[in-house]
Amino acid sequence: MGIIKRIRSNFSAALNRIFKRGRTRRIGIYGPPNAGKTTLANRIVRDFTGDVVGSVSNIPHETRRAHRREGVTIKSDNSAITLDIVDTPGLATKIDFQDFMKAGLSEDESRRRAKEATEGVIEAVRWLDDLEGVILVMDATEDPFTQVNVTVIGNMEARNLPLLIAANKIDLENSAPSRIKSAFPQHPMVPISALNGDNIDILYGKIADHFR
Amino acid sequence: MKGIQLDMISKEKLDRLTSVEKIRMILDGVENGKIIVLESGLTPQEETKLIEATMTKITPGEFSGIEIESYPSGASQSWLNKLLKKPGSGSRLTMIGPADQLKMIKRDRDVISALVSAR
Ligand SMILES: Nc1nc2c(ncn2[C@@H]2O[C@H](COP(=O)(O)OP(=O)(O)OP(=O)(O)O)[C@@H](O)[C@H]2O)c(=O)[nH]1
Ligand SMILES: [Mg+2]
Repeated sequence: MGIIKRIRSNFSAALNRIFKRGRTRRIGIYGPPNAGKTTLANRIVRDFTGDVVGSVSNIPHETRRAHRREGVTIKSDNSAITLDIVDTPGLATKIDFQDFMKAGLSEDESRRRAKEATEGVIEAVRWLDDLEGVILVMDATEDPFTQVNVTVIGNMEARNLPLLIAANKIDLENSAPSRIKSAFPQHPMVPISALNGDNIDILYGKIADHFR
Repeated sequence: MKGIQLDMISKEKLDRLTSVEKIRMILDGVENGKIIVLESGLTPQEETKLIEATMTKITPGEFSGIEIESYPSGASQSWLNKLLKKPGSGSRLTMIGPADQLKMIKRDRDVISALVSAR
């Protein structure tokens, strides 16, 4: 792309953002398998609509299809925002059916789960083009420098779209949200526990701010 | 000598290839058990295409996917920089290999340490 074209496309993306203000924005919840995306989606949707989005499991690739919840109005102390929330399958560059067998599934189940998981990853990747913002959920007990994180962040940056990092599982003793902050200092980060709700109001405030 | 083949692809060569060609070259190599090192990395869009293509190739018991490691792009994000940034200009040295043969030991902002094993 030439410089002029690039400026123009970035400029029109910026204009789009301005004019889309007030309209419902479509926000994806992304991250590696098992980071707590569905736990967070369920908590948000439960807090504001009294419903749930999907099932949660300690076995990775529990979500293998994207689930969209329309028109969730998130209220924080001094603002509110209405979003379509898309809970996506965990992104990965590798899927080994033997990992599912080690987690206790039968061989047949494991093979099926692996197949569906690969389809889920493709679906999650394709959804990226149809979003206006992303909440990237990371497991704060794990290494943040992964290709999945770098790829999601790179895509949002290339399109000038807002990204908010949720450093999840801070209830666990070995969590280190500061490691995430130093890995990706250019994006706002909120340390949370999607499981027990720690800092969830801070996250809601940031969501209302950041995706406006 | 028995060993693992390592292909190091220069920036010049990568600049001549289209996205489709790059992804095909990477996956063909990795499926054959090679480790591929790219002098300049992929754009974010190419990374997502590579993930998609990898998923379609995964076959239980035969190919379980790729390990891919690169450094995060520089953090200088002034609006002017963002506006003028060449797509992918932030991408850097990247290593890609079969998931069952390439294991990351430690990764940092500026050092990547990996273990390569035979099949
Ligand atoms: N300790 C702790 N565990 C959590 C937290 N959030 C989620 N979990 C657990 O992590 C596991 C995975 O949670 P999910 O919400 O299914 O994760 P996911 O990111 O949707 O996973 P996939 O759909 O497989 O990609 C479950 O066992 C959750 O109970 C948290 O804040 N703290
Ligand atoms: Mg899930």
